[in-house]
Amino acid sequence: MGTMMRLSWVELKLFLREPLTVVFSVAVPIIILFVLGGVFGNEATGPGEQVVFRGVGAMTYYVPAYVALVVASVCVISIPTHLAGNRERGVLKRFHASSVDAWMVAGAEVAVAFVLSTISAALLLLAAWFSYDFSGANSVPSVIGVFFLLVLGFAAFGIFLGAVLPTARSAQAVGMLVWFVMLFLGGAGPPPEVLTDGMRKVSDFTPLWHGVLMMQDAWLGLDAGLSWLVFGGIALVSAVLGLRFFRWE
Amino acid sequence: MSAVVDVAHLKKRYADFTAVDDVSFTVEEGEIFGILGPNGAGKTTSVECLQGLRQADGGDMRILGLDPRTESRQLRRLIGSQLQESALPDRIKVWESLALFSSLVPGGPSWESVMEQWGLSEKRNARFGNLSGGQQQRLFIALAVVNAPRLVFLDEMTTGLDPTARRETWGLIQRIRDTGSTVVLVTHFMDEAEQLCDRIAILDDKRVVALDTPDGLISRYANQSVVTFSTDRADLDFLTTVAEVTKITRTGRRVSVTGSNALLAHVAASLADHGLMPVDLQVSRANLEDVFLKITGGEG
Repeated sequence: MGTMMRLSWVELKLFLREPLTVVFSVAVPIIILFVLGGVFGNEATGPGEQVVFRGVGAMTYYVPAYVALVVASVCVISIPTHLAGNRERGVLKRFHASSVDAWMVAGAEVAVAFVLSTISAALLLLAAWFSYDFSGANSVPSVIGVFFLLVLGFAAFGIFLGAVLPTARSAQAVGMLVWFVMLFLGGAGPPPEVLTDGMRKVSDFTPLWHGVLMMQDAWLGLDAGLSWLVFGGIALVSAVLGLRFFRWE
Repeated sequence: MSAVVDVAHLKKRYADFTAVDDVSFTVEEGEIFGILGPNGAGKTTSVECLQGLRQADGGDMRILGLDPRTESRQLRRLIGSQLQESALPDRIKVWESLALFSSLVPGGPSWESVMEQWGLSEKRNARFGNLSGGQQQRLFIALAVVNAPRLVFLDEMTTGLDPTARRETWGLIQRIRDTGSTVVLVTHFMDEAEQLCDRIAILDDKRVVALDTPDGLISRYANQSVVTFSTDRADLDFLTTVAEVTKITRTGRRVSVTGSNALLAHVAASLADHGLMPVDLQVSRANLEDVFLKITGGEG
């Protein structure tokens, strides 16, 4: 087995042995999805007959949104905590001394993010499939394509956080904060139509909001405009800054 | 044959302070070479420069014929390393870490054989975080030699270990050499350096202040022995004429004779000549700790 494969495989096992990862990237999204499903059913209208959920049913809105959310959970909570922890403990320095390259470390995180996101998305879809009536994907290839982009983009964002945050604890705190803000304001919490203008301004800066729109557009055949451009921009800036600030120790 | 490590006038500066000012030494094939010094003397920075983990600011270095500043990639494949304050993730298993680090350097021995050789087979499925301090060091050593390196750097292997685990680790370090690798050992423990090292460079205040075998250092810098014995005899003036004696002190029956290193033989011969055969005749020689305190300006 090559170094890159071996590193990714070991990293994947380490992620799965970390309760934080399993809880936040698998269990929590499913729980919240079910709470939202219990509250909203699959209605497309809110109080006072306001059109919400982009005009589709609640679960039809939330299922693709939560596929995007699980990617964000893995990448924004687990990757930064893991990377910063490895640097703090001297694991990265040790890798460096054994001629592991920075791109291998980053590549292993992307590979882990991809596998974990796929597992949690599959579990989420399976759970939702048995419980709710929601629209299937409009175009499976587009959904898979967007999923790939989301993994790459969010992984870059997570690697950036892991590169700049000094310790596992600070990375976990910041990761959780970013994740909760994105959860509530980034399209995976209350329907975006009921948010205040101020909240919506914050949403516009969260990668999750644009990720949710991209996934929903692919899933439902909608068109929310240039979300992919904003998402791509955030991903690119993250990748550049992550590489710039990456430290072995 | 050229030296395994050849470093001359190594310098490393940071923005506001000098970490290494002037470090020179050579390490020959098959040696256990000690780098000894107080905290902050520049030991770790020096060996990290030699491994190409830090960029030296001055001096000439050849490690296995390579320049760590420009050929660190090739170099890292030929050396093994245990870095200071470098651990593994708590949840990684022993076999996983061996398999991972072994895959970094293709062409070495199989990780299974390394695991077997260093006595880790029983712990193969144990997680790093559940290993005892001594077992963790054993794993670190196995990881350092997983690529069958010609040269191994070990930085503060035994800090924080209990005495049994320290002794065990010493045995493992000797085994590294016995398997044909040269070892550079950074430590701040005198007994460790004295016990293990063929030669020692003492660093103080960012420079090499002494370099010799442990015995050489002792006879050069702390060439003093104290012979003690008990007697009822009042007149011991004959001892003042014995070669190498510099001082005699007496407290009741107890007599201490101070002098240079070959003191014991001379004193014993003289006592026997004068009909004295004390059963508690003892000698305490200066050790590396005395050398160290003398050189680094501590008391003593």
